[in-house]
Amino acid sequence: MAKKKKEIHPMESLLRMDRIPHIWCPGCGIGTAVTAFTSALEKLKADLNKVCVISGIGCTGRVAGYVKLDSFHTTHGRPIAFATGIKLGDPELKVVVFSGDGDIIAIGGNHFMHAARRNIDMTVICVNNFIYAMTGGQVAPTTPLTAYTTTSPYGNVEVPSNIPQLAEACGAVYVARWTALHIRRLTNAIVEAMQKPGFSVVEVISSCPQYYSRINKLGDGLDMMKFYHDNSVIRHNEPTENLDIDYQKQIIVGKFIDRERPTYMDSYKKWLEEVKHQIPKSPKIQNT
Amino acid sequence: MRANPKDVFTGAYYIDGDVSSAYGAAAAGCKFIGGYPITPSTEAFEAFVRRAHQVGAISIQMEDELGSIASVIGASWAGKKAMTITSGPGFSLMMENIGLGAMLETPFVVLNIQRGGPSTGLPTLTGQADMMQSRWGSHGDYEIITIAPDSPQEMFDYTVKAFNLSEKYRCPVMIMSDECVGHMTEKVVIPSADKIEVEPRRFYKGDKDKYIPFPVDNLVPPMVKAGDGYKLHLTGLAHDEKGYPLLTQNSKVKTQNANTRRLVDKIRLNVDKIIELKEDGIDDAEIIVVSYGITSRVAIRGIEMARAKGIKVGSLRLVTVWPFPEKKITELANKVKAFVVPEINYGQIVFEVERCAYGKANIVLVPHGGGSVHNPDDIFHAIEYAAKERKNVDGIIEQKTNLYSLIFEKEYKLHG
Repeated sequence: MAKKKKEIHPMESLLRMDRIPHIWCPGCGIGTAVTAFTSALEKLKADLNKVCVISGIGCTGRVAGYVKLDSFHTTHGRPIAFATGIKLGDPELKVVVFSGDGDIIAIGGNHFMHAARRNIDMTVICVNNFIYAMTGGQVAPTTPLTAYTTTSPYGNVEVPSNIPQLAEACGAVYVARWTALHIRRLTNAIVEAMQKPGFSVVEVISSCPQYYSRINKLGDGLDMMKFYHDNSVIRHNEPTENLDIDYQKQIIVGKFIDRERPTYMDSYKKWLEEVKHQIPKSPKIQNT
Repeated sequence: MRANPKDVFTGAYYIDGDVSSAYGAAAAGCKFIGGYPITPSTEAFEAFVRRAHQVGAISIQMEDELGSIASVIGASWAGKKAMTITSGPGFSLMMENIGLGAMLETPFVVLNIQRGGPSTGLPTLTGQADMMQSRWGSHGDYEIITIAPDSPQEMFDYTVKAFNLSEKYRCPVMIMSDECVGHMTEKVVIPSADKIEVEPRRFYKGDKDKYIPFPVDNLVPPMVKAGDGYKLHLTGLAHDEKGYPLLTQNSKVKTQNANTRRLVDKIRLNVDKIIELKEDGIDDAEIIVVSYGITSRVAIRGIEMARAKGIKVGSLRLVTVWPFPEKKITELANKVKAFVVPEINYGQIVFEVERCAYGKANIVLVPHGGGSVHNPDDIFHAIEYAAKERKNVDGIIEQKTNLYSLIFEKEYKLHG
C-alpha cells in the first residue's frame, strides 16, 4: 500500500502548529476569526516579521498563542495600551490587537477610546460573543437585553454597548462588523483595516455554543450559523447609531466607517519637524 | 559601554530631584516614557517630555497609569529602554502590570516619587510608605530591585544605575524616591558622556530557529525584540522555555516551579553584585541607624547629636533597599546593641531589619506618619533610648523592646 502523504494544514506557515490542538470549544467562532485573519495576512502579502499580534485575557486572548508572529498575551484589558507602546517603540511594525468584547470594551474600554482618539496606527479585531466565556458565562458589556448569563440569571437588564458606534464616536477611521459566518467578507474587511493607516476596528460577531448558546438554549455552533445566515443584514454605511444588537433579532453587518484622519505618528513627525531645533532653557549654572 | 554624548546634558545645574531623574533617564539611553501626571512626580515627566526630541526619544501621556505601564512594557519589547513616572495612587494602579513585566523578564524603570498615604493622602507632601509595595505589590512570586536616592545629584546617578540594573537583570527596577528629594533643588553635576557607564540591551545573535526565550539553565538570557523575525511568543501565563503556556496540570506545576525559581534566583543569587550600601562609623558602633532616602539625611543630624553625647553610633544607609541586605544586618546584629530605624511610615523596613537581626540586637523604630521629615530630635532620642541598658524586675537585660508600642500605646484613652 502506498504511504499516505502527510497532510499539511494550509495555514501551517502562520500558525504555531506545536501548540495545536487549541483550547477553543467545537462550534466557537474564534477559530473562524483567526482563519480570516491569517487569510488576510496571505492576501496582504505582509512581511510577517513585522506583524505583531497583541491579545488580552479571555478566550479570544488566546489568539496570540496560536499565530506564528511576534505575539503577546498581556494583562486583562491592556492589549491596546501595550500595543501603543510597541507601535511607538518601533513605528515600522504592523500592530494588530486581537481580543474579546470584555477585554476591549469593558476592562480595557478606556484604552480603546483613547487609542481611537489619538488615531494610533493599529487594527483592533474585537471578537464579540456576547458573554465572558473563559470564566464560565458571565454578563458582558455586549450581552443583549434579557439574555441569560450566570451573573444575569433572570435576564440581562443592562443596555449593551454598540461597538461600532463607540469606535466612530472616539475617532476610529475604519469600522466594520461581520459575523463568524461571513468568512470571505470578514477576511476582506481585515485586509482593508490593516491597509488603512490609523485606528481601525473590525467587530466579529461570534458564536459561543458552550456558554451563550447553552445558557440561552440557542443550540450548537451550527444553529448559530443558521441564525446568522437568516438574520444578518448587510447594510454598508449604515449610521452606527442603528447598530444596536437586540436579543435574537437582526444583526446589521457591513462596513460603516471609512474616513481619513492624520495618524498619531503623522502628527508626531510633523510636530517633530517643527520643534526639533528648539532647545528648552534650563537653569544651568556653569559648564564643568 | 559609555553613554551617547547626544543623550547627556553635561553641565552643572540648579534643579530639583524630579528634573535630575529625567536627565538621568535620558543619559541612560531611555527612549520611551509612558506617563500620567501625578503630584509630586509630574516635574520629572515634564522635564523628560521637554527634551525628548533632543535625545530622539518618544514620550506619551497615556490615559491612565494602567496604560502607561503597559505601554512601557510594550516599548521595551520593541527594543527601547523605557520608563514610567508616578506616585502613590498611580503606583498602586501599576501593580498588575509590574507583575507582567517581571513575568516577561522585561527591563524597565519605574520612578515613584512617594507621597503621604493611604489613598489620595498627601499629594504635595512626603512619605516613605510604599516601600513594601514596591517589593510585594503585584501578586505572585517575583523579585525586583529598589533604589532609594537621597539628593537631586543621586536622582541623576541612580536613575542611570536603575536602567543599567534593569538591563543587566531583565527585571523592573523601582526608584523609590520621595516628595522631599523630588522637589528639593540642589546643585546637580552631569558629567560628560565618557564618564557615564551605560549597560546596553543584550540581544540574542544566534540562529533564529534555535532561539529559546526562557532557557531553564540561564538566569538572565539575552533578549530579542518584536520585528526581528523570531516569532516570539510572550505570555503572562506560566510558560515553558519556549514561552508557551502548558495544558496538563503536571506540566503546569513543573514549569511554574522552574520559572518562578528563575525569576527570584536571578536576583537572590546576585545580591552581592546588586546591593549598594553607604556606611559611616559602623566599625566601633554600639548603635546603628538604618535609614534610606530622605530620612538618611535627616538621620545625620540625629547621629551628630548622639555622638556629641558620647554615644557610639554609626549609620548604615540602604541605597538598594530591595533586595534587602540580609547578610550585612545579620553580621552587624552580632556586634551591636541596637538598630534604630527611622522611616516615614509606621514600620516597613524595620521588620526586615528585625527579621535579619535574629533577636540578637534591639530594634527601635522611629515612625513618622508623613507630610514632613522626622524631627532630628526624635532620631536622637531613639538613639539615646536604644543606648540605655534596660533591665527587667529580675535584673536581666531585656533583649528586645519595641519603642513603637512604648511611645504610642499610652496616648490612646480607649483601646477599641
